[in-house]
Amino acid sequence: MTATPLTRRASGAAARPAAPAPRRPRTPGTHPARTILVTGILVVVALYFLVPVYWVVVAASKTSSDLFATPGLLFSGHVALWDNITRVFGYGEGIFGRWLLNSVLYAGVGAIIATYVAAAGGYALAKYSFRGRDTIYAAILGGVLVPGTATALPLFLLFSSIGLSNTYWAVLLPSLVSPFGLFLCQVYARTTIDDGLIEAARLDGAGELRIFHTVGLRILTPALVTVFLFQLVGIWNNYFLPLVMLSDEKLYPVTLGLQNWNSQITRLPEFYELTTAGVLLSIIPLAIAMVVLQRFWRGGLTEGSIK
Amino acid sequence: MSTHTHTVTPAPAARAASRRRGNPQRSTQAAPWLLIGPFLALFILTFALPILMAIVSSFQRVERRGLFGEEGVSTVFAGFNNYAQALGDANFITSIGRMILFGIVQVPVMIALCTLLALLLESASARWPGVFRAAFFLPYGIPGVIATILWSFLYTPGLSPLIDAAKIVGIEVDPLGSGMVLWSIANIVTWTYTGYNMLIVIAQLKSIPGDIYEAAKLDGAGPVRIARSIQLPLIRPALMLTTVFSIIGTLQLFAEPQVLATSSTAIDSGYTPNLAAYTNAFAYNNYNVAAAQAVLIALIAFALSFTFLRLSNRGSK
Repeated sequence: MTATPLTRRASGAAARPAAPAPRRPRTPGTHPARTILVTGILVVVALYFLVPVYWVVVAASKTSSDLFATPGLLFSGHVALWDNITRVFGYGEGIFGRWLLNSVLYAGVGAIIATYVAAAGGYALAKYSFRGRDTIYAAILGGVLVPGTATALPLFLLFSSIGLSNTYWAVLLPSLVSPFGLFLCQVYARTTIDDGLIEAARLDGAGELRIFHTVGLRILTPALVTVFLFQLVGIWNNYFLPLVMLSDEKLYPVTLGLQNWNSQITRLPEFYELTTAGVLLSIIPLAIAMVVLQRFWRGGLTEGSIK
Repeated sequence: MSTHTHTVTPAPAARAASRRRGNPQRSTQAAPWLLIGPFLALFILTFALPILMAIVSSFQRVERRGLFGEEGVSTVFAGFNNYAQALGDANFITSIGRMILFGIVQVPVMIALCTLLALLLESASARWPGVFRAAFFLPYGIPGVIATILWSFLYTPGLSPLIDAAKIVGIEVDPLGSGMVLWSIANIVTWTYTGYNMLIVIAQLKSIPGDIYEAAKLDGAGPVRIARSIQLPLIRPALMLTTVFSIIGTLQLFAEPQVLATSSTAIDSGYTPNLAAYTNAFAYNNYNVAAAQAVLIALIAFALSFTFLRLSNRGSK
């Protein structure tokens, strides 16, 4: 029941046509005092978000002894960043590199397939009327609200009974489903794909699947980018599911692997360097992706009905 | 639910199209199932079946015959025993209360902060809005586990410049002590998700038509007045959405306390409801009670979200 008001709002938010960014005229300088005040607040808040990241860069370039002996926010005289990085990749027969690759595999493959599957489903729900459609839609909307951690435990039991736990599939299969993605694609397909276009393609003799692949996917592209990014970050950040599913550390994603190192710090201080440098290395790929791609997040959410 | 959804998504266009087509050919009938088939199959395997299994096993218990179960193990119907056991566990109730306290403080702080940031970034007075937006959003790309490892270093005495700085001004803080650790977790969650919620609010702010602003300006409204009378009422849907997802997220809290437990003795194995369910299932092999706990967590999340939506709808009338 809770799904209903929520989705109505969400669909409103996603589908509302935003006029092509009628940017309000930016005239900084008309109120210099106000500009200084606002920008000052933003700088302070930015420090809160960025200082921890800066600290990791500093910490990752120190030796274990310098880590505790020198001021936290200043580089020490001896920059050991490269040493630490080679040590991270060299430790345990290069297990860290394997973890990074696993994460790329889980998130990359998972997000691509999840996006395609959600697009096909959303398109079907939006553009065809068939028996059971409303029931399916309602069930999937319920799925949006069911938290991932609630399904992880029973999923483990299910997968171990069919021999899938502790395999790549155990993490990959659940990552292929994005109810939220299907919901977004459905809303987007409903508001942007013109029925006349589909009808015209049919008259040209194109099959239904062909129409989806040529006409549907092309028009859905902005929504697909958003779904892909949501899913990519979601899988990359996932911790609970791999924690429950995997016992072989060769299959770990980087989140699980780093926590494995982190939990040994109290016994073996050498893991301080390994963990701080590992944290830095694992932050870099997605941090770059976030900064570069953040305009797409905005785009996919607002430009609901602009072609 | 299905009737409601029906009214939400009337697809008159699709229906009209099928009328126009007259007798739908066989391929048109099979096509939607081919398209939605893969999603449905995966959805059933990874959502529907596990949820069903969780509900079923929350009403069962494992019976072992003989002292160590050597005479056989069988699963029998247990009624509401597992629920009674979960709800009778004072630690579990405490952990739920702890999450509610956490939510009452953390969610409003985060929503207020992300709204303020969105309004400031969208105001004409902000310099370099793109740079700031990227900076605020960056932590969202850092997995919760990694963010927690990072912050756990910043909470460690001797390692943390923050604790050193506090000491200089004469404040002794122990972010990992039993009194503060809940708020140390709240800080990590706020740090990670504020930028993400801010983007959702900005998305809705951008959908406000420009002429509304023009009209307000002609009426002589200043930026504060515009924020209060135009922007805040119009971004309500985005705020409700982010609040509901935050409430659900709060009750699910797992990675942050679990990771922080390695460096803080104040976090036990049942610190949050989810941690308790995980411990029950994997440390004590008491899966049936864990299933009951998982169902309870989901139900409480639904109930709280629903209450919030009801209250805020009433408030708007």
